[in-house]
Amino acid sequence: MTNLIQVAIDALALGSLYALTALGIGLIFGVMRLINFAHGDFIMIGGYALIVPSTAATATLFVGAWPVPFLVATVFIVVILLALACERLAFRPVRSAAPSVLLITSFALSYFLENAVIMIYGGRAKAVNLWQNLMDPIVIMGVRIPELQIVTIGVTIALLTLLVLFLRFTPIGVAMRAASEDFRMARLLGVRANRVIAVAFAISGVLAAAISFLIVAQNGTLSFHMGSFLVLFAFVATVVGGMGSLLGAALGGFLVGIVSVIFQVILPIGWRPDRDVWVYGIILLVLLLRPTGLVKVKSIEERA
Amino acid sequence: MTQALRLLHAVWVPFVLIAILTGFVLVVALTGDVILARTVTDGLIRMVMVVGLYIFIGNSGVLAFGHIAFTMIGAYATAWFTLPVLKKSFQLHLPAILAERQYPAIPSAIASALLASLVAFVVGVPIMRLGGIAASIATLAVLGMFYTFYQNWGAWTMGAATLPGIPIYVDMWTALAWVAVAIVVAFTYQQSRLGLALRASREDEFAARAVGINIWKQRLIAFVLSAFFMGIGGVLQAHFLGSIAVKNFWLGLTFVALAMLIVGGQRSMTGAVTGAAVISIIVEILRQFEVGLTIAGVHVQLPLGSQELGIAFLMLLILIFRPSGITGGREIPWPFALPPAPLNELASEVRATSTQP
Repeated sequence: MTNLIQVAIDALALGSLYALTALGIGLIFGVMRLINFAHGDFIMIGGYALIVPSTAATATLFVGAWPVPFLVATVFIVVILLALACERLAFRPVRSAAPSVLLITSFALSYFLENAVIMIYGGRAKAVNLWQNLMDPIVIMGVRIPELQIVTIGVTIALLTLLVLFLRFTPIGVAMRAASEDFRMARLLGVRANRVIAVAFAISGVLAAAISFLIVAQNGTLSFHMGSFLVLFAFVATVVGGMGSLLGAALGGFLVGIVSVIFQVILPIGWRPDRDVWVYGIILLVLLLRPTGLVKVKSIEERA
Repeated sequence: MTQALRLLHAVWVPFVLIAILTGFVLVVALTGDVILARTVTDGLIRMVMVVGLYIFIGNSGVLAFGHIAFTMIGAYATAWFTLPVLKKSFQLHLPAILAERQYPAIPSAIASALLASLVAFVVGVPIMRLGGIAASIATLAVLGMFYTFYQNWGAWTMGAATLPGIPIYVDMWTALAWVAVAIVVAFTYQQSRLGLALRASREDEFAARAVGINIWKQRLIAFVLSAFFMGIGGVLQAHFLGSIAVKNFWLGLTFVALAMLIVGGQRSMTGAVTGAAVISIIVEILRQFEVGLTIAGVHVQLPLGSQELGIAFLMLLILIFRPSGITGGREIPWPFALPPAPLNELASEVRATSTQP
């Protein structure tokens, strides 16, 4: 029984990470039909913002050594500014192009950001010590759970609630939902395209920065591809959940996390390194049975 | 004369492309520069992959990020066939049929590429049912799947370690020959009934459906055919370098191959070939600068990573300012006046009669 609770919490914690990432991607996809490859690099750069830029093998904390409120605020600001800069410089010029052009633009941008980081910080993974005590387990009813997992789940619930409230009750949030529904019609009715898209990018920056903290605290290392593995699963989660649905993105994220943990438990030990193969396999199977994803969105069907 | 001109018109694009490439390779061969020859071979191998990528992406208009998985499958399969028996027994644990024999190069190459095609067929059946972007992301899942699998499949792939000792036989001419085959097949396909049906669906999915084109089937055919040449690309890579490692078949190579196609112009074969050539040349120049180059007495050295950064930047510029690539999706134009074809005569006759009162 305790074992089961442990597995359930593992699954929720991993699912939370995927869901938060998938939401950041789903939000942008909603307003501009862009699958943002660079989202993983927002997460990665949030992590790198903590240390002194240098190619030295060991990392020296810079922002990471500041008092917590300043530290958190700085990382959030860095990632939000980065997201806004990417929108302004790379995505706005191609906004009216076909979805496939947008997709490849974000792929190029991601490659650009990763190699820029390699150039500035070097290509090798670096150890950082940020809030390592979060990995200490706490014992609840005989179950040992790393504090971080509780924090991850808590942060996810808080951000999800905030996002829902924002989309439902603020004017810009309502405008954003309208834009997801039918961008052209929303514009005709007075929704300002640039503003809505910029705000969407800022929010995806907030989500990415939150994940930066969770991932750095969990792994204790920085590497230039730390975001890309997460984003790969998050992409798949948005497709499984149903492209264009935020609910679908979150559900898909949790689903992918839960499936991963289940395979981690049920596969024979020798097969466990292949866990991701099974996860991808299951996902392809889900797509075979439900090509439109779990939550079908009518407005999303690609038009000629 | 007229006959010959018509024939030339029909094969003009592949003819010119192959002629230019052959001329270029010939010049390089005559200089006798071994290092340059290696660079050119490397570029030609990439070109096979880019033409392979073009067969699917160019004709269907659906982006795919998973094709490097087929390259990896081809590269490892040819290693299973062609490694010397002794090396196989040291490094891998293969079944008897592979372990006890060393197979000849060409049949191995074709069998390896066919394996890549077979895999493409199996994963393509579900994926091609998806709409454009969802299909693109699903191909990424395929890459992730095979990458993880090969990385952990120690008995057949040596896992994350490099698999050495693959016989080296690929030189500039072998690579050129395969580029020529890829170009001819890709061109024949795109002019064929199947290719035209797929291109019609690229232009207007709904109209294509309305005239009875089965988009799922057409995309699947292109996917399988393109996987064959991605597989050949992997085979050539393996027999050119002599060793392969799973980690080289990941997003980096995916990016370079896609960049070549997009920069050249994804909607035409001329674009695919041009892009591969242009990016190869730029990469080589940047690599020279990374090593350090002395121009007019000034020593210039760019920091490591300039290559990747430069290509990504170039690609972003192309996407922003010329999204249809250098060639704009056009093929090499036909420079001569074409003698009137029977069909044209017929058409003008019809026009003449229909305008009569």
